[in-house]
Amino acid sequence: MSGVTRATLIKDLRLEWRSKDAINSMLFFALLVVVVFSFSFDPIAEESRRIAGGLIWVAFLFASVVALNETWARELRNQVLDAYRVSPAPANSLFVAKALGNFIFVCVLEALMAPLFIVFYNLRALGPAYQLLIVAPLGTWALVVNGTFFAALSIRTRAREIMLPLLLFPISIPAILGMVSATTAILSGENSARFYIVLLAVYDVVFTIACLALFETVLHAE
Amino acid sequence: MKRWFPILGIVTLALLSYALYEALVAAPTERTMGDVQRIFYYHVPSAWTAFLLFFLNFVASIQYLVRRKPGVDRIANWIVLGIAVAICIGAYVVPPPAGVERSAVATTGLAVAAIYFLVRKLFPGDRADILAVVTAEVGVVFCTIVLITGPLWARPVWGIWWAPGDIRLTSTLVLWLIYIAYLMLRKFSSSGNTAVIAAVLAVFGALDVPLVYFSIWFFRTQHPQPVIGGGGSIDPRMMQVLLINWVAFLFFAYLVSWSRYRLEVIKREVERAQGMQELMETRAR
Amino acid sequence: MTSGAAQSSPIIVVDNLIKQFGRFAALRGVSAEFVAGKMYAILGDNGAGKTTLLRTMAGLNHPTRGSVSILGNRNLREICGEIGYMAHPSLLYDEMSGMENLRYFGQLYGIADEERCRAAIRAVALDPELERPVGQYSQGMRQRMSLARALLNDPKILLLDEPFSNVDLRSAREMVALLGRMRNAGKTIFVVTHQASLLDGAADEFVWMEAGRIVSRTESFERVAREMGEDARSSEDMEKRR
Repeated sequence: MSGVTRATLIKDLRLEWRSKDAINSMLFFALLVVVVFSFSFDPIAEESRRIAGGLIWVAFLFASVVALNETWARELRNQVLDAYRVSPAPANSLFVAKALGNFIFVCVLEALMAPLFIVFYNLRALGPAYQLLIVAPLGTWALVVNGTFFAALSIRTRAREIMLPLLLFPISIPAILGMVSATTAILSGENSARFYIVLLAVYDVVFTIACLALFETVLHAE
Repeated sequence: MKRWFPILGIVTLALLSYALYEALVAAPTERTMGDVQRIFYYHVPSAWTAFLLFFLNFVASIQYLVRRKPGVDRIANWIVLGIAVAICIGAYVVPPPAGVERSAVATTGLAVAAIYFLVRKLFPGDRADILAVVTAEVGVVFCTIVLITGPLWARPVWGIWWAPGDIRLTSTLVLWLIYIAYLMLRKFSSSGNTAVIAAVLAVFGALDVPLVYFSIWFFRTQHPQPVIGGGGSIDPRMMQVLLINWVAFLFFAYLVSWSRYRLEVIKREVERAQGMQELMETRAR
Repeated sequence: MTSGAAQSSPIIVVDNLIKQFGRFAALRGVSAEFVAGKMYAILGDNGAGKTTLLRTMAGLNHPTRGSVSILGNRNLREICGEIGYMAHPSLLYDEMSGMENLRYFGQLYGIADEERCRAAIRAVALDPELERPVGQYSQGMRQRMSLARALLNDPKILLLDEPFSNVDLRSAREMVALLGRMRNAGKTIFVVTHQASLLDGAADEFVWMEAGRIVSRTESFERVAREMGEDARSSEDMEKRR
């Protein structure tokens, strides 16, 4: 990790820890989502294990959009982004730092929401549960890498906060299908999640490369 | 070109009328589905036209992006040539999927390269961006037709409006969503470099489409779903009507796209002229 | 003092620079040469194009036509390490202290030495040990900290956009004195400002812009005062009354 990436990541984590703005509101939002879902979709029903995969990832998706919208908020406040653009620091270092920061943040959210889901839906994995530990980071990175990129694209638009999900959701559909199907496969134990894990890995590689290749163009567009 | 427009309009009208007649009257009635099946002659050509237009958008967007740096432009040319050659060779080396002719794959590879270099030649500079806007807009229109005719066809025949595992319809829906997002991005952009940002999104969309296709394909093999639109072979007479309709649609798409293109070109020239006039002012207003 | 030959070769060449935002032409063909080791004051009414010119020189705006060449380079990304930029927004993180801010921005320039950060803060007459977050500074302190950030990489060229606005007179005078010292040390400084009188005696040249063009360049402040007419005199009067 380059010096700039590390410095940016540490700075973001430190600022996040200090203000605890986003953390507190996100946590509460995540809890609310789980509760609302548990009222909307009867958790006692037999089918709960089949739909839990979908519910969990939809909940993560909406929670992460709220987090992703904040990605560049601090940089926009005092036009700090201009200071970055004027410096010789490479654009990709900034991108990687922001993406990693978002990744850590959303993983924390997931770690807190998942037990709530398990409790509310009495979930138990009938398939290999360890695979969930592979699916979760792959799926989260898929959302976060594109989310961070599209958040940067949205900066140059008028309806910034709605633009992000507008751009992110269509592009994320294969990843969402992969995450949900893999989780459902693992929870229900009915089929193998292996293909979906490969799909998620391919998705991650393709779009990480695309983001790294095109971020500089986006950052320096006026 | 302007002189050709009325002639083209009349030809298109004639073709569309002929195609309509063929589809609704002359084509043989389908054995199991009956007359409802005739919507197929609108559903499929619209899809092919939409895909062609979106492919043109992808090529135009890539062109716009690589042209900003001459070195990257040259590399991109070689990459496209390389891909075309690889597809041609691959078509005869690797066994193609079922139902697909080797020559078809090779022709597709050549066509892709030909389209890339044609766009490069015919749409220099800013024109590639105009092509991108036009193809996105007209493509969305045709894509909407596909998405409306699909369920209209499916409901009476298969009893359901929609099947999430239907690979073609769902891929088309995602493509439609991506391009609606593309058009919204263009509309809401407050940047001076809207063209660049939109082109970046188009590239992301293009990368996404194969992934969508494969993800749904595998989902279907695990969860068998009804296939809307049927598979398998098609009566040659029906194929003929299908192609007639496709040609008519292509003419129509060309007509509409050309009009929109001219409109955009004129709009930008007006802006440029107004900008030039502003420059010449000796005092600010 | 640098030798006459080195001083006469231009460090920045602006060639028929045109910048349009849609239909609005912010810069209508600016051509100028600027020599190293001088302080240039860029003056003009609102909308004259001063900020656009500065931002184009910093590489933040891309020319519609024409070019800017800095240190012989048209591609401004290559020499961006030699540029320090400051604008009216502070370009600092409100939630961090001054030292924390500079430590981070130092990383962007590959500066790991904390002493350089402290030196930059001391140079603008602020206390490096101050723990207060920048968001709680007064406007004058914030502008000075922003200047410290611009100075951090010891740039050859400083581009300052309205550095004295909303700053108290004493801080502003101290900043001008500091800029004078930097200019004497060989830096080339561009200051966009409405308060030309502050730079009287410090700036080597006054560049007057109007409607996206440079209309005059002069080394004498008296001419500027005459051109501005009552504005210059009234601000001087206000200073005398303080």
